[in-house]
Amino acid sequence: MNVVVAKTGTGRALGDAFAVARDRLPGKGAISDLRRQAFEAYERMGLPHRRIEDWKYTDLRALMREVLPLAPQPDATALDRAAGTAKAQAIEGVRRLVLVDGVFAPDLSDLAGLQKGLTIRPLRDVLEAGDALSGQAFTADSSNPMIALNAALATDGVVIEVANGTVLTQPLQIVHIASAAAPGAIVTRSLLRLGRDAVATLVESYLAADGATAYQAHDALVVAIGDDARLDHVRLVEDATGAFNISSATVSLGAHAHFNTFGMTTGAHVSRYQLTVAFAGEGSKVETNGVNLINGKQHADTTLLLDHAVPHCDSREIFRAVVDDRAHSVFQGRIIVRPHAQKTDAKMMTRALLLSDEAEADNKPELEIFADDVTCGHGATTGALDENLLFYMRARGLPEKEAQALLIQAFVGEAIETIASDTLREVAIAAARRWLEARA
Amino acid sequence: MSLLEVKDLKVRVDEREILHGLSLSVNPGEVHAIMGPNGSGKSTLSHVIAGKPGYEVTGGQILFRGEDLLEMDPNERAAKGVFLAFQYPVEIPGVTTWNFLHAALNAQRKARGEDEISSPAFLKKVREVAKSLNIPQDMLKRGVNVGFSGGEKKRNEILQMALFEPAVCILDEMDSGLDIDALRIAADGVNALRSPDRAMVVITHYQRLLNYIVPDVVHVMSKGRVVKSGGKELALELEESGYAQFEDAA
Ligand SMILES: Nc1ncnc2c1ncn2[C@@H]1O[C@H](COP(=O)(O)OP(=O)(O)OP(=O)(O)O)[C@@H](O)[C@H]1O
Ligand SMILES: [Mg+2]
Repeated sequence: MNVVVAKTGTGRALGDAFAVARDRLPGKGAISDLRRQAFEAYERMGLPHRRIEDWKYTDLRALMREVLPLAPQPDATALDRAAGTAKAQAIEGVRRLVLVDGVFAPDLSDLAGLQKGLTIRPLRDVLEAGDALSGQAFTADSSNPMIALNAALATDGVVIEVANGTVLTQPLQIVHIASAAAPGAIVTRSLLRLGRDAVATLVESYLAADGATAYQAHDALVVAIGDDARLDHVRLVEDATGAFNISSATVSLGAHAHFNTFGMTTGAHVSRYQLTVAFAGEGSKVETNGVNLINGKQHADTTLLLDHAVPHCDSREIFRAVVDDRAHSVFQGRIIVRPHAQKTDAKMMTRALLLSDEAEADNKPELEIFADDVTCGHGATTGALDENLLFYMRARGLPEKEAQALLIQAFVGEAIETIASDTLREVAIAAARRWLEARA
Repeated sequence: MSLLEVKDLKVRVDEREILHGLSLSVNPGEVHAIMGPNGSGKSTLSHVIAGKPGYEVTGGQILFRGEDLLEMDPNERAAKGVFLAFQYPVEIPGVTTWNFLHAALNAQRKARGEDEISSPAFLKKVREVAKSLNIPQDMLKRGVNVGFSGGEKKRNEILQMALFEPAVCILDEMDSGLDIDALRIAADGVNALRSPDRAMVVITHYQRLLNYIVPDVVHVMSKGRVVKSGGKELALELEESGYAQFEDAA
């Protein structure tokens, strides 16, 4: 058994913290049992480290060392600071749902005038009511220590239901804000259910109020997309440069459904995003695209698992990493095509651009194909900016940094342009531009 | 003072000397032609003048209006008025020609302490130039040179030259890949830019181009040196007898 027992002092401290935190954690009965089991599962495995294949490039024992005790409940000052951040980084035209230090903040959120067929509730309320959805919010792989830990400690989140046939007229945004000056763990979990024929756009943003630095954000998103439904999903990690963001999304699709997701990481000291997509119905299509723009000593890991369990589904992946200074980008993409998943069409293309000699990018595409009538392919490249192009541009008068910026924009543009919503595409382009301007 | 002065220039690439003490002096208003066999170092000279990395200058000087060009970054040279039309223009996918030219022109203006040019004013200007060179508008919306034919790439170089209005234009085989009509249009574009305070250095293998762009001086380059200079009749002479007579001189 490749179970590693965390017999470290920190493991114990966390165990004690869990005992203390339990009173704060919503959910009784079955949920409470689930949390205890999840915590025990985490304790058996401990913080993942490089000898576990999936975590080879992201050794949390070395990078994070310990899971901090839960951040305190935000007080009025914390909420004030978070309100400032939410306002400063607001995206025009979206319905904002704000979580501050892991607690749903109704006053900062926009819950008025929900369109028919849309329900939004804080996870805490759902758990405390012992609602049937509680269990669904907790469906996720407990063999992953960090997802198990999240299940054990999640304090709050958002539960969104979009009824059959409902087409949302406005994108929804879950805004995670860390306000705490004192570092702590912020553990959240959200659930999104799209009914049959429903259409929705969800943005997730991870932000830090001024002064919040070495916090740990642990988030889990569980998504169920019904038959013929469509979800567009944009995820923007703009955490503080000293912060950790260890998150997951677990998505299942019905038949003839469409999931388009784009993730961009510019923030956080260490981030890991584990996206698992399971095809449960035929004729569905998934596009998982992303961009890392990182520098300094940042470490950003995107780990994908696409499980083609049924026939006639398509998946497309475009990932672009831009890595400067001593930063480290990790992309792991695993595509499983199960024996009867014939006519699967899966393509994965990942490219990394290294802007310094000490920058590092690890690409690990993996295809596990057990069906014979499929079209699958992957490609991975790593390289520097083309010197000939740079010289041509400089010979036309562009200073080196500006020439680089144009080439980098073009490079990440190939992934950004897959975002369906004009507004959100512009948001991603603006974030990329900010990163490039900060570099110049 | 000459506009561009190359003095006893020695250049190495990968430990191998390619230019062995080359001198060239170009005055404002003049058109110089450089001819010479393949591999004689013509493109190397043009690259070193423009500031391409990877060349080691082991001796000599390049002065532009008396200033040491070798001390400047390529973009500084461009802003000062040095322009190279590349023998092999590169393709830049994902960067539209509009954007690229606008950014480049503004970078040059900024470096010279001039105001930036607004998008509408820029569009107007670039449209006029494109029209005069018979370049369709939709080419400007595409990535720089992406999917352009060889001839279109060359015309795009002349377009940039007309847009930036440089003081010294080095044209490295602008005639290669151009059909007869395109050659005439491009040459007209170049001639339109001839002026008393602008100089041109035209690198070519063919006398034909020099019928359109008539040079004041013709240089023969061989094995990394200028081995002979003369008037425009020198080009005709070369066309007849080839380079063999000069190879010995080098
Ligand atoms: N980067 C390089 N590395 C090694 N050798 C080089 C490099 N660049 C040029 N050379 C060599 O320098 C010599 C001169 O090349 P250059 O391109 O300047 O010639 P040219 O006169 O422009 O030739 P052509 O008429 O074919 O364009 C050639 O022998 C070439 O192989
Ligand atoms: Mg050449």
